[in-house]
Amino acid sequence: MGKDSKLILDPLADNNPITIQVLGICSALAITAELEASIVMSISVLFVLGIGNVVISLMRNIIPSKIRIIVQLIVVATLVIIVDLVLKAFAYELSKTLSVFVGLIITNCIIMGRFEAFALGNGPWRSFLDGIGNALGYGVILIIVGFFRELLGSGTLLGFPVLGDPIEKTGLYAIGYENNGFMLLSPMALIVVGIIIWIQRSRNKALIED
Amino acid sequence: MGLKQNLHNFREKNKDKKWLPAFSAIHTFLFLPNETTHNGTHIKAADDLKRTMNTVIMAMVPCLIFGMFNAGYQHHLAFGEIQQATGGFFSAEFWTLDNFSVGFWKVIPLVVVSYVVGLAIEILFAIKNSHEVEEGYLVTGMLVPLIVPIDTPLWMLAVAVAFGVVIGKEVFGGTGMNILNPALTIRAFLFFAYPTWMSGDKVWVHGAVEQDQLIAAGENVDAISGETILGSLAQNKGAGYEIMDMFYGLIPGSVGETSTLLILLGGLFLIFAKIGSWRIMLSSVIGALVMGLIFNGVVAQDWITESSKFYGLMSTDFWQHLLIGGFAFGTVFMATDPVTASQTAKGKWIYGFLVGFISIMIRVFNPAYPEGVMLAILLMNVFAPTIDHYVVQGNVKKRMKRVKAKVA
Repeated sequence: MGKDSKLILDPLADNNPITIQVLGICSALAITAELEASIVMSISVLFVLGIGNVVISLMRNIIPSKIRIIVQLIVVATLVIIVDLVLKAFAYELSKTLSVFVGLIITNCIIMGRFEAFALGNGPWRSFLDGIGNALGYGVILIIVGFFRELLGSGTLLGFPVLGDPIEKTGLYAIGYENNGFMLLSPMALIVVGIIIWIQRSRNKALIED
Repeated sequence: MGLKQNLHNFREKNKDKKWLPAFSAIHTFLFLPNETTHNGTHIKAADDLKRTMNTVIMAMVPCLIFGMFNAGYQHHLAFGEIQQATGGFFSAEFWTLDNFSVGFWKVIPLVVVSYVVGLAIEILFAIKNSHEVEEGYLVTGMLVPLIVPIDTPLWMLAVAVAFGVVIGKEVFGGTGMNILNPALTIRAFLFFAYPTWMSGDKVWVHGAVEQDQLIAAGENVDAISGETILGSLAQNKGAGYEIMDMFYGLIPGSVGETSTLLILLGGLFLIFAKIGSWRIMLSSVIGALVMGLIFNGVVAQDWITESSKFYGLMSTDFWQHLLIGGFAFGTVFMATDPVTASQTAKGKWIYGFLVGFISIMIRVFNPAYPEGVMLAILLMNVFAPTIDHYVVQGNVKKRMKRVKAKVA
C-alpha cells in the first residue's frame, strides 16, 4: 500500500505535473481567472484522466504499439466529449466560460503523458491511482492560482463579493482599495505559477535543476 | 576618531551578524569603504556603481524640481486660481512658491514610498542571500516617482514597487542581472493593474479625481479635465498647447516627463559624464523621426480620411512627437539603462532605432493607451540580448573570413 499511496501523493507535491514537469500550462493560464472555472476544469481533468488511465491500462496488451497514439486519442476524445456534453446540459453558463478549453483537454500534455508513461505499463488499479494523483496535482495548482486571481482581480470568491462592493464602496473599497486588473490577464497567471514554483523549490532544494 | 572610523569599527565587530548587509548599505552610501585589496593587478577607477548611479540621479534632479512646480501650476490653473503664465517657462508667474509647495507635498510622498519599499525589499533579499546591497535601486527609486501621474495612490505605488523589484529584478539575481528595466516594470504593472489611475483625463492634474468623486456624490462643483496632449490627439481634438509650452514642459503629464528642455540638459550631462550612451539616444530619436515621417507621408498621400481614429496622431508633425508624451524621458533615462540595453556599439544603434520606431508606432495605433514608449522599451529590453548575439556572431564571421583569406 505504501507504494500505491505514493502514486497519489507524489504528483501533489514533489512531482507535480504543473510546477515540476511544467505540463498542462495552457489551460492553467487560460481559465484560472475565476475560481469556479478552475474547480470545474480540475474535476473534468480528474474524470478524464482517472477513467482514461484505467481504459488504456485494460487495453494495454492488445493495442499494437504502432497505432497506440491514435487509440489513446480516441479514448481521451470520447471522455472529453462526455464531459463537454454534461457541462452543456447542467452548467451551460460555465461551459461558455470554459469554451474551447474543455475540448482542449484532449491536447493537455498531462493526459497523453500519463497514458504513455504509466497506463501502458501498469495494471488498472495502479493506473487509476496515478491518474487521480496527477489530476489532483494539476487541480491543486489550478485552484491556488484561481483563488488568488479571483480574489485580487475581481474581489470575489466563487462569485461572492468577499472584499466588499466596489461600486457601493463598502468593505475594503471604502478605504480606497481597488481591484488589480492585471490579475485578470493571462500573463499574471504565468507569474503566479512562477511564484508557486519559486516557493516550492526554495523549500525543497532537491527539486532545483542545474 | 571620527564618525567614519566608528562606523568601520562597528562593522568589524558585527562581521557575522545577519543584518550586516543592511548596515553596510548605509555605510557605503555615506562613505567610501576602506577595504583595500592586496594582491593581483588593479585598475584604479573612480566610476564605480555608486558614482554611476549618483550621476544619473543628478541628471534627473532638474526634472524632479520642475515636476513639483509644474504639478502645482497645473493644479492651480485647472482650478482657475491663477491665469496662464504668459511668459511661459521664464516668467515669474510659473516659479511661484505657491506652485512649488503644492507640488512638493504631492511628489515627496511618492519619492519616499518608492525608496522605502524598494530599498526594504533590496535589503531583505540581500540579507536572505547574504550579499551586499546593490546600489541599483537608487536610480530606479528616483525614476519611479517621475513617471507616474501625480495623484497615484501611495499604496498602489507601494504594491507596484514591490512587484517590480521582486519580479522585475530579484528573481533574475538582482542588480545587473535583470532583463527588464525595473522602473518600467513598475509602471507597466501600475498601468495594467489600475488603468483608471494611469490614463484618461483625470489623473494628470492634482485634485481632478477628487473633484470627480465630489460630482459623483452630487455636489455642485466644476469637473476638471487635465488631458495630456497625447490623450487629446488620440481623440482627434488637436494638441491644444503651444509648441514652446510642450518644449519647456508647461503641460499636464507624469511628474517628471513633461519638460523636454530639462530632459535634454540631463541627457547632455549624461553624455558628457560618459554614463548614458549617445548612440542609443541619437538612434532612438532617428527611429522616432522616421516613423513619424512615414505616418506624415500616409496622411499627405490621403491614404486615411480625417474621420479615421488614427488621423489626429498620424497627422501630428513628425518632430512634434519628440516633444510630447514620455518619449524624451524614456529615451534619455530609460532606454539607456546599461543593464537592459544592448551592449555592443552596433547593437546600440539597432536597439535605439527600434525603441524610437516602435514607440511612435504604438503611440499612433493604440488609442486606448496613447503612450508607447514604456511598451517599446520593455519590448526592446527583451530583444537586446538577441541583437547583441547577432552583432557578435557577425563580427566573428567577418574575422573568420579574414583568417581564412590569410591562410589561403
